[in-house]
Amino acid sequence: MSTGLLSRIAETLFWIGRYVERADDTARILDVHLHRMLEEPSGDVDAGCRALSAILGVPPGDGRIDIGTVLSRLAYDDGTPSAIAGALQAARTGGRSVREVISTEMWECLNVTWHELDDRRRAAERLGPHVFLRYVRERAALFSGLADATMSRDEGWHFLVLGRSVERIDMTARLLSLRMPSASYAPDWSMLLRASGADESYIRTHGGTGEPRLVAAFLLLDRLFPRSVLHVLTLAEDCLAVLDPDPARAGFTDAARRPIGRLRTRLEYTDAAQLLEQLPELLTALQHTCVRATEAVADKYFQYALPVAWEQEG
Amino acid sequence: MADIFDDYQPAAAWDEMFERAGVPRAAYGPVLAALQPLDPAELRFRADQLARVFTDRGVTFDYAGEERPFPLDLIPRVLDALEWPTLERGVRQRVLALESFLADVYGPGEIFKDGLVPWRLISTSAHFHREVSGLTPPNGVRAHISGIDLIRDEDGRFRVLEDNVRTPSGVSYVMENRLAMTRTFPGLFAEQHVHPVDEYPARLLAALRASAPRDVADPVVAVLTPGVGNAAYFEHTLLARLMGVELVEGRDLICAGNRVYIQTTQGRRPVHVIYRRIDDAYLDPLHFNGGSVIGCPGIVNAARAGNLTIANAVGNGVADDKLIYTYVPEMIRYYLGEEPVLDNVESYRLEDPDVISWVLDRLDRLVLKPVDGAGGKGIVIGPHADAATLEALRETVVRDPRGWLAQRPVSLSTVPTLTDRGPAPRHVDLRPFAVNDGEDVWVLPGGLTRVALPEGELVVNSSQGGGSKDTWVLAADRSSAQAPEDPPIPLPRTFADVTVPQGGPGHGSTIEGAQQQ
Repeated sequence: MSTGLLSRIAETLFWIGRYVERADDTARILDVHLHRMLEEPSGDVDAGCRALSAILGVPPGDGRIDIGTVLSRLAYDDGTPSAIAGALQAARTGGRSVREVISTEMWECLNVTWHELDDRRRAAERLGPHVFLRYVRERAALFSGLADATMSRDEGWHFLVLGRSVERIDMTARLLSLRMPSASYAPDWSMLLRASGADESYIRTHGGTGEPRLVAAFLLLDRLFPRSVLHVLTLAEDCLAVLDPDPARAGFTDAARRPIGRLRTRLEYTDAAQLLEQLPELLTALQHTCVRATEAVADKYFQYALPVAWEQEG
Repeated sequence: MADIFDDYQPAAAWDEMFERAGVPRAAYGPVLAALQPLDPAELRFRADQLARVFTDRGVTFDYAGEERPFPLDLIPRVLDALEWPTLERGVRQRVLALESFLADVYGPGEIFKDGLVPWRLISTSAHFHREVSGLTPPNGVRAHISGIDLIRDEDGRFRVLEDNVRTPSGVSYVMENRLAMTRTFPGLFAEQHVHPVDEYPARLLAALRASAPRDVADPVVAVLTPGVGNAAYFEHTLLARLMGVELVEGRDLICAGNRVYIQTTQGRRPVHVIYRRIDDAYLDPLHFNGGSVIGCPGIVNAARAGNLTIANAVGNGVADDKLIYTYVPEMIRYYLGEEPVLDNVESYRLEDPDVISWVLDRLDRLVLKPVDGAGGKGIVIGPHADAATLEALRETVVRDPRGWLAQRPVSLSTVPTLTDRGPAPRHVDLRPFAVNDGEDVWVLPGGLTRVALPEGELVVNSSQGGGSKDTWVLAADRSSAQAPEDPPIPLPRTFADVTVPQGGPGHGSTIEGAQQQ
């Protein structure tokens, strides 16, 4: 860790972490929700799809929308990094520009995934979206596994994990806010657990009763579940601490660490009994923290001239 | 049994594999033996596998804004143990002569005073940069990496087609081709003694470090790329990765006080050697193209101040100008006192009024090359051109004789290449890569064999839809093809007696007698 990492590369790794996580989480959320809509065609599909779009940051527009629209906008659209295909494309483009710092296996994973997406989309048109969404989850898991197994725990690794963590917090907050609107398709708590991949873990911890308070506490405050907000905040804070070990005897000067650390502390000492009343305000705080932390990390580590255009070499 | 080469008809050129139809050359015996039993469908399958591997690995070049795999043909090109040393000597000799010439151009200028090369050629060259006159690199090397393009003529003699001492590219495909071939035909290499090619990155790194400013104990090397949109981007990443150095873009660099730094997450870090894959014109907006946004302002001043080595050196373009090419045999005699090992292709300079009128009378029988063209751009092959093209060419040449070179059209040698209708002859060239570390010029065994995929096409270039072949240099015997082996590490005696533990409830661990067979 004696010599720094290229700022541009640090930034790219941070965003690869974010994009892969985003594709993964979006696939999980879509899988659970679309499945529910397909099972219960009696509900108000339009409202359900609207809520889903809004939460995932893609404006639903004015016309009627259905599951097909949602899939094309949130899953198959490669023109926006808010959609799965776009996020994976952005991750692959990033991977291509940091080939010399990530392992060849990680690069091939991103590259092959990107090349395969079209085939998977066509398969999904015949067999249903689950084929596509499961593939995305598997590839994201493969990428994480390869990163875990082949990357030195150097600065690059910490930026990758930091990006993944920030995105995971952001997406979990979005997922929980799906519970907020009183739309007819407001997902029940067990769906939230499934969409976070937390259902089985939760049942083993708390038994099969989906008590809202316990579910919210599990997704926000559980110390052991790797996708809980508290767990991820702690991880992000650890990354920042490694990137800049603050030698000061009092306080923390690190602008990126402060919002993360504050929120972690707040969550650690939140009374689980009061959690549901506090939830709306807490989710807003989570979103703000992600934005502030990202800005602060960029200010601190990603300073370099801006990109421009190419020329050919002979 | 029928074999895929039964219908192979050599073209009107030197065929590398067959002396004449049905009679293979000795060097190709084993290759032929391995390929013959495969039916065309099997070959296709392996070829598709190969293409797939390249796509997955991202071994691509950018062509017109899209990434394409650089097609690799299954049938290798073989150079036997007798002809390679000659090529190696010829390439080394050529590089040394060009180095001497560059030192002369940006130094004392003896060759011009002695009247062997007209100074006007230099002063009118777009690649002559006064900015680096008098700048002597720390270890004297200006062409750290060269690519000398060779072709084999109708009589089977290798000739130099052109020199590349600016930013020759393609070495990554040499390494990737070999990797892909050893995976596709593992058996083939077991019985052949083929010189390995994986030494290149280490040689390159050593040469770059050797060229660092003298007062730096542990020089930092970086590869400078125009970015992910460049045609050769894959190569830039591969070299950086295999050398274990940073791959930087112009925006990652900062010049301050005539020193160059990399912008990192922990502040600035000095860099001492930059292997740049950006042309001179875009390298430094302070000195050259002021509109360039991919370079680094101040980088040339840092080199002038002796704090940075730029590889290859700025201004090398005067030596691989296609007109200067015609003088290289003279340079070899002048600087080295030797006879050229490899001849040029017969060439005609158009500055002499008699020559130009002779050439203009024969435009339909000659090849005309723009002296500045890279990647096969602008070449007119007289025998293949229509009247309108020749007429337009005539006007251009009359207007700008300094900009053109005429050559005898050489029918490049051919190697059987897989097409949809089985193997067919396709023209090839050869680009050996040489690395100069200041002590010695090392030549990578083999080099890049580029193949023109369209039938009869004579311009072999990736930007013209070419592909490539794995290039084998056969060793005289097995020992010379392999690096000396490390002595084997003796296993502890007991190791052979340890069984692999197995366990889990209900299985019982291996207590006794569960020997692994």
